[in-house]
Amino acid sequence: MTSKIKETFSEIKKEKRKALITYIVSGDPNPNTTLEIMNSMVQEGADIIELGIPFSDPMAEGVSIQKGHERALENGASLESSFKLLENFRKDNKITPIVFMGYMNTFESLGAELFMKKAASTGLDGILIVDMPPEESTDFSREANKFDIDIIRLIAPTTSAKRAKEICSQCSGYVYYISVKGITGAGNLNAKEVIGKVGVLRTLTDLPIAIGFGIKDAESASSVMNVADGIVAGSVFVDLIGRNENVIKNVALKTRELSEVLN
Amino acid sequence: MSEELMPDKNGRFGIYGGRYVAETLVPALEELSEQYEIIKKDKKFLKEFKDDLAHYVGRPSPLYFAKRWTEILGGAKIFLKREDLNHTGAHKINNTVGQILLAKHMGKKRIIAETGAGQHGVATASVAARHGLECIVYMGEEDIKRQSLNVFRIKLLGAKVVGVSSGTSTLKDAMNEAMRDWVTNVDDTYYIIGSVAGPHPYPQIVRDFNAVVGQEVLEQSESVIGRDPDLLVACVGGGSNAMGLFYPFIEKKNVRLVGVEAGGLGLSTGKHAAPLNDGREGVLHGMRTYLMQDKAGQVMETHSVSAGLDYPGVGPEHAWLKDIGRAEYEAADDKEALDAFKELTRVEGIMPALETAHGIAYVKRIAPSMTKDQSIVVNVSGRGDKDINTVASIEGIEL
Repeated sequence: MTSKIKETFSEIKKEKRKALITYIVSGDPNPNTTLEIMNSMVQEGADIIELGIPFSDPMAEGVSIQKGHERALENGASLESSFKLLENFRKDNKITPIVFMGYMNTFESLGAELFMKKAASTGLDGILIVDMPPEESTDFSREANKFDIDIIRLIAPTTSAKRAKEICSQCSGYVYYISVKGITGAGNLNAKEVIGKVGVLRTLTDLPIAIGFGIKDAESASSVMNVADGIVAGSVFVDLIGRNENVIKNVALKTRELSEVLN
Repeated sequence: MSEELMPDKNGRFGIYGGRYVAETLVPALEELSEQYEIIKKDKKFLKEFKDDLAHYVGRPSPLYFAKRWTEILGGAKIFLKREDLNHTGAHKINNTVGQILLAKHMGKKRIIAETGAGQHGVATASVAARHGLECIVYMGEEDIKRQSLNVFRIKLLGAKVVGVSSGTSTLKDAMNEAMRDWVTNVDDTYYIIGSVAGPHPYPQIVRDFNAVVGQEVLEQSESVIGRDPDLLVACVGGGSNAMGLFYPFIEKKNVRLVGVEAGGLGLSTGKHAAPLNDGREGVLHGMRTYLMQDKAGQVMETHSVSAGLDYPGVGPEHAWLKDIGRAEYEAADDKEALDAFKELTRVEGIMPALETAHGIAYVKRIAPSMTKDQSIVVNVSGRGDKDINTVASIEGIEL
């Protein structure tokens, strides 16, 4: 079975544009709003949605997304409620790939086998576990293979070419290039450096490459998009949700703005 | 596998430990492992470390016979390993003295650390001052309130204290924030973790630098007790003072090892910081270990009267020692710890840290049931001066 993520990237390539991957936290501020945001994001041009699975200790996140996790947790969101949310989303949308992004401990609360069974039956396409480097992912890799769920992996500016090659060989769907040394929402994007590093990465893998972490707006997206197959934007959306004013409308406008840049 | 060879090449103690971090940090941790393997065999480094322990820290620390307390409890002889007499007042300095040399060897210019009770913050700020390195200490806002004395000490030592108000505003959140700093400044920054916790190789490094405590007890037991002690006791938060004491004794199966966790308001209330007693396997701060967590895998808020034990995880080697049955883990609650704090102060004229008092409380419980020819060594991991505000406010006394 070909993965929906793979299909999506090849479609986008044919259309000669870049994928817009959006990130929001599942259940931030509540599941109904998240569902509404997801649908609106798709309508405004999001190609893939990464749903952050709320965790009490989101170590790799900057303040914006940390607050998103806190808001979601206050309202009782969890891995379980995220699967429910996905089920509801899939009632009307069978096409847009959805990736669960989060931290090992919440994914393990279900266990790798149960997780993947549930993922396959609810129509999840991929997972990205931030604190699960290939060395620590034996169980999830094995079960993901069985159920055709993509494991998206991170490559950092600190990753050597040798290691990047090894990581890519255990990755599917797309490779997520972390554009800055830092946490999500960091403001120190160095486009020139990113372009160089992604150029090297391109020679090591045939997988689509998405760039994330330092992408805040149309300007930062356009500064690196040419070397990538997709751009991930997260903090900017979670910030808008946190502001709690015309959330659906503002998120829609921002999605539109970014997707137009990538066209 | 023999415990002496732990951790294995993947940084695991059995199923525990490992390196559960975002990719940005994996290469940094690999480099740290490589450099540590080099330096720990380097004669010049070993001499410098030993000299610093002798002349800066003031080692060896005494193994003191608590005669009056022994008589009062009426059972086993009790010996106190006096880590409270170290420079800066706790065992924490042993590790920072070692790690700052490693940081310098690696050419790092900026030092960061997390702290709960503030003892590790003080110990890190002290060695950073001595080596002229910039130092930033992350500390939960809750802990800043209850350990104001140590906050001021850290500032006097020239380090910057950064308050952390995310999550529960305690040690675990300070560690999250230190990790975020490290990932951002990974090129020039060295992160001195203060416990036998975190991703590999930290649990190993911190254990090795604290193992001097157990090595001294091994030697001192011969002259002071005349043979091996029957029981070693230490409090366990992350578990660095306990690991330092236990490690050289692990192959000595005749010596019982007991770690004492923070029972908070009581194990049955759920308001405690005793993951080895009442937690389950999970992943936090780069390691697989026992964790206080709910069914959904969210890390739970912990409770302890002592800021230094107020941590939902525990060093992975302790998790392993528990599972293989080599060490036992008990808990002492807030009230027992406070009583023990007062008792040791009045009976021996030694005021222990509230963290240490948890180990003291267990000794109070167990010593009377042992015979007079048996002996217990308890690690007085730190002195209690930093806690007088906490104790006073519990008693309703305004200082």
